[in-house]
Amino acid sequence: MSDPPLVPRPEALVRAVRVGKRFGETEVLRDVDLSVQPGEVLAIIGPSGSGKTTLLRCIAHLEHPTSGHVEIAGERVGAVLDRGHLRPMSDREIARLRQGIGMVFQRFNLFPHLTAIENVMLGPVQVLRRHRSEAEPLARELLRKVGLAHKADSYPERLSGGQQQRVAIARSLAMQPRLMLFDEATSALDPELIGEVLAVMRDLARDGMTMLVVTHEMGFAEDVADRVVFMDHGRVVEEGPPRELFRAPSHARTQAFLRAVIDRQAMAEAP
Amino acid sequence: MSWNILADSMPQLLQAALSTLQMTGLAFLIAAVLGLPLALARMGPGLPGVLALGYIETMRGVPQLALLFLIYFGLVPLGIALRAFDAAVIGLGLSGAAYLAEVYRAGVQGVEPGQIEAAQMIGMRRRAVLRHVVLPQAWPAVLPPMGNYLVALLKDTSIASIISAPELMLRARDLSSEYFLPMDYYLLVGGMYLVMAWPLMQGTRMLERRAARGRLQGEVR
Repeated sequence: MSDPPLVPRPEALVRAVRVGKRFGETEVLRDVDLSVQPGEVLAIIGPSGSGKTTLLRCIAHLEHPTSGHVEIAGERVGAVLDRGHLRPMSDREIARLRQGIGMVFQRFNLFPHLTAIENVMLGPVQVLRRHRSEAEPLARELLRKVGLAHKADSYPERLSGGQQQRVAIARSLAMQPRLMLFDEATSALDPELIGEVLAVMRDLARDGMTMLVVTHEMGFAEDVADRVVFMDHGRVVEEGPPRELFRAPSHARTQAFLRAVIDRQAMAEAP
Repeated sequence: MSWNILADSMPQLLQAALSTLQMTGLAFLIAAVLGLPLALARMGPGLPGVLALGYIETMRGVPQLALLFLIYFGLVPLGIALRAFDAAVIGLGLSGAAYLAEVYRAGVQGVEPGQIEAAQMIGMRRRAVLRHVVLPQAWPAVLPPMGNYLVALLKDTSIASIISAPELMLRARDLSSEYFLPMDYYLLVGGMYLVMAWPLMQGTRMLERRAARGRLQGEVR
């Protein structure tokens, strides 16, 4: 995956082209090429510090690549071609771009001053200018979909981590995004709460949502992802269908990582 | 204590106390309204940020009394002759804006960056993020120091007596020198400031308790 595809593939919904990112002296991403087809579920795995989260944040334009660029549906993230020149996107253009991208954070980031349903309605009402009478049934439907219809009027502090994360997913879905980014969505959860969030993500994948999932949940990646990307030290080391990558990883680094993860899980599960 | 004389002065003193309250209220309004754009400029990039910082640092470094003299006497050669009361309101308001700008800034910077990112990712523009996500969360942290500032401002209006703005301290000085009763009048007037400040102090304490409770819940969450 070190050579970028010579022929552009216009059908890709997300395309990272030789994306590099440094924070001062530290090189977090090095020439990362990646593409995601519409409807595809892509899992990104790798040790912490491998650049997975930064890559996701570059796609969301929360970080700006120091080299290369990201395209979403052929549109360049963060820049527009204006009379033959690339110029940075305006506040309005960035906001419009992000409307199409849902992002689920490790720390949920629900708005603590709003109830669950208000969290879900904020985008439709304030950004899409929907009337409350129209946005509320939609928000209720989404909360029902994530199994939290009965918590609509609860404030985030009254919800468990798993419930908060499910509300956060509903909040993203309310904007009807064409792409969902999951940044270690279950890493901050108590083990017994991980399942309920993964179940919602599984449903979403089944409904055909295009998803980029940075995760440490190897079981989920193996079951749900169409393709798995293994990253290390800011590079894509290996990618392929989950069965191949998990059963027969071709790179030594991937083998070592998977072995370490499996050993850890085995140890945790041992009586 | 010369109770009769003091009692006779009460209508005048109450009238003056009312002026003090008006002066406090108006200066606070200027400070509170002007402070927000100042804080936002200060946190932003470029020239506005530099100008806002310059303004804030200047106001912090210049005595309020000097500022009052500047506005009341200093502007006269430029053809701007303000009433003493107005000059005091403007001077106290302008220096208060710098103070409250820093209070607002601390409040806004106390909001988790993740909150702003979450708002951005549902497609909110800068203004909407500020209005719907940042300010509502900064508010509980901002209110207690704002209350403290209001109490301080109430007492600081007394310096307006030096440019003869009609307020409580000026009236007290006039009366005490008229009757040669400084102890009686200043004790009485000190008590009157205390009575006016008391509800503000209690209100501020209540807000502080509420803000602390919010923070505690934040930790549990």
